[in-house]
Amino acid sequence: MDKKKEGKEKAGRFQSWLDGETDIYAGVMETRPQKEYEPSPYFLRQQEKDRRRIAERVNNVEHNKEYRFFKRVYRVLAVVFALSFIVLLVMAVSWLPPVGQAANPDNNEVSARYIENGLQETGSVNIVTGMILTYRAFDTFGETNVLFIATCCVMVMLLVDEALLKKQGADNDRKYEPKNDAILQGMAFVLCPVIFIFGIYVILGGHLGPGGGFSGGAVMGAGLILYVSAFGFQKTQRFFNETVYKTAKITSLVMYGLVGSYFYITGANGLENHIPLGLPGHILSGGIILPINICVGIEVACTMYAFYALFRRGGL
Amino acid sequence: MEIIRNFPAVSILLCLFAGIVSSGLKAKAAKRLNGILIGTEIFLNLCTLYYTTVTGEAFVYVMGRFPAPWGNEIRAGVLEALLALFVCVVMLLSLWGGERQLQEKIAEDKIFLYYVLADHLLCSLLALIYTNDLFTAYVFVEINTISACGLIMIRQTGRTIEAAVRYMIMSLLGSGLLLMGLCMLYDLTGHLLMSNIQEAVARLHASGEYGVPLTVTIGLMTVGLAIKSALFPFHTWVPDAYGYSAASSAAILSSLVSKGYIFLLIKIIYRVIGFDVFHDTKIVNVLFIFGLAGMIFGSLSAIQENNIRRMIAFSSVAQIGYIYMGIGMGTQAGMLAAIFHIFSHAASKSLLFVACVGLTDASGGSVKFQDLTGAAYRNKTAGAAFAAGSLSMVGLPLFSGFISKLLFAQAAVQNQGKMLPALIVLALSTILNAIYFMKTVIRIYTPAQTGYEGRTAGNPKLFTAACVLLVVLNLHLGCLSQSWENLIMKGLGMFA
Repeated sequence: MDKKKEGKEKAGRFQSWLDGETDIYAGVMETRPQKEYEPSPYFLRQQEKDRRRIAERVNNVEHNKEYRFFKRVYRVLAVVFALSFIVLLVMAVSWLPPVGQAANPDNNEVSARYIENGLQETGSVNIVTGMILTYRAFDTFGETNVLFIATCCVMVMLLVDEALLKKQGADNDRKYEPKNDAILQGMAFVLCPVIFIFGIYVILGGHLGPGGGFSGGAVMGAGLILYVSAFGFQKTQRFFNETVYKTAKITSLVMYGLVGSYFYITGANGLENHIPLGLPGHILSGGIILPINICVGIEVACTMYAFYALFRRGGL
Repeated sequence: MEIIRNFPAVSILLCLFAGIVSSGLKAKAAKRLNGILIGTEIFLNLCTLYYTTVTGEAFVYVMGRFPAPWGNEIRAGVLEALLALFVCVVMLLSLWGGERQLQEKIAEDKIFLYYVLADHLLCSLLALIYTNDLFTAYVFVEINTISACGLIMIRQTGRTIEAAVRYMIMSLLGSGLLLMGLCMLYDLTGHLLMSNIQEAVARLHASGEYGVPLTVTIGLMTVGLAIKSALFPFHTWVPDAYGYSAASSAAILSSLVSKGYIFLLIKIIYRVIGFDVFHDTKIVNVLFIFGLAGMIFGSLSAIQENNIRRMIAFSSVAQIGYIYMGIGMGTQAGMLAAIFHIFSHAASKSLLFVACVGLTDASGGSVKFQDLTGAAYRNKTAGAAFAAGSLSMVGLPLFSGFISKLLFAQAAVQNQGKMLPALIVLALSTILNAIYFMKTVIRIYTPAQTGYEGRTAGNPKLFTAACVLLVVLNLHLGCLSQSWENLIMKGLGMFA
């Protein structure tokens, strides 16, 4: 390299680059001649074999008369079957009792008691909540466990090793999404607190009006998802990481189970139930409904968020 | 004694708790918890069985303060307690048998999920057995479907994921039909509790009101449960789901999960629709025909298989056909045979799947027949267990399969119209069974020409214990069948 030229002004350096005397990338960037790609003979043989097999198996489908015939018949039969099934179901439904008649079989002592005595027996102003969380509390516990086991199944499918997740880094999970989008972050900044507070309101007011654990939990889960899409996983993990998720999920489900078991077992054995019903219309009323609603709300919020996080990057 | 009335409910709730807590544990702790759980379940259900046999009547347990028809209820009789006990035992043995494979074939950080799924599966099975409420049954059918799906795909290969998707689609179709049936039944009767529905259905049947929708409803529920338990034309998900999943999953799925749905169907027949009403709808004849078809075509497919796991899976299709044939007879004797075959098939099929792991492990992990040559010499326990299971399937005396075939034949003889087809197909199916099972047994006892670099280390203790206990269970069912039959008849008597 010419020492005299290097000390001079920019034009001189440009000139020397033009002349091909200096290479501005030398020493700055790693340059290595590319190696010729040489597939191994085993790979080539395998490839050839695969190609032949695919040609035989797949391409032949068009010339395979039997297959084409089968496919056509299959489609026709499927349509015929589906249509006849629809006709059968519609006919059966048309024979069912007409909607809204007083003499219908479902207007019986069951619904009558739910409507007439629901308020006194469950302490819940909202009859539907009272029904699913007191009269039929066991079904609802099962239903909450459906959500739990569904998350476990998604984990079986999508959970990625923790080390691999770290290696992928933050960029990989938002390949197709804007990063640090100002509008999204601004809106999330305003909306997230409102959504969380609304979710909590819906959960706590489940026995007083429309709402409850399932709907409120879904609202809170949506808030978490909005937060994570706006601010990324790193910021979310500061307050909602895997440990918090597991603790929240397990605690809420076990709490629900304990409250539920207490209710079932004392009820079945005719023992006194020490959970007070309270004054209908107050927040602290409704017996086991409020604690169960809170547990269900936490579980549903966790489930919603876990689904999103697992599908997006394979971990929480 | 009165405290035993709580045990069925406690056993269901304990499973749920164990599953939930396991999701926060490490693999080893989850496994230990699962073992303790199943041990406790066996004790609880044994007590329930004892209590119901001593008192001689079924009891209803109200889940909460509100009795029927407003709240949830569960109900325990002899048959329910017996089946629940049996389910727990077979589940424990299946998990023991496939344990080493679980450690090897499943990703380290997902093993704890296997036990979460197993706990919830057990819970759903117990709930399906004990429930007295159709909607509770549906909720636990959901849990059952989802956790079974997880058990299939937790050993992650391409085939298991495909199998799980297939299983999911077929199974959800079944759930959907069942749910549609339940909705229509609610619309017709206004109840969800089994005993109340039965009263209402009997009234409707007597007055002839809503005849068409009632028939459609019964059809929907029956077909839905038939799809979920892999009756013949709906069996296409079976070979992949049982053939490629982990061995304990396959054993649990084939011997317990499908039986749970069949038992729910039997319960619906007896306690929801009523045996006579169900018989009058002629759906029994449809079940009978498809059961017969399944017995033949399942075996024919099994003969063509070159993969031992898939062969056992196809044999399940045939055996499910037997059970539906028994239900389809439409008589008490047929039902007895069907229920006995539920026990018998569960005991032998789980034995076959468990023994199969030992054989394939000794043959370098291959499931192909030519590689299995002489496998019984390389793993003696597994070979003997497989032979015992095969003999039971074929129906050799002393083993449980013989008794169920005998009961089916007796039921057929008592049934005028269905005697001839049932007996012919029974004989034919037995021959077909013998062809493919004996072919396998001869193959594994033929000395191999080439040396194998299979596993030289001995079997784990749990594997040996599982094999021995399952063989003992088979022999017990086969040799002391009279006491089992008495219990089943007593239980059926409590259904009414």
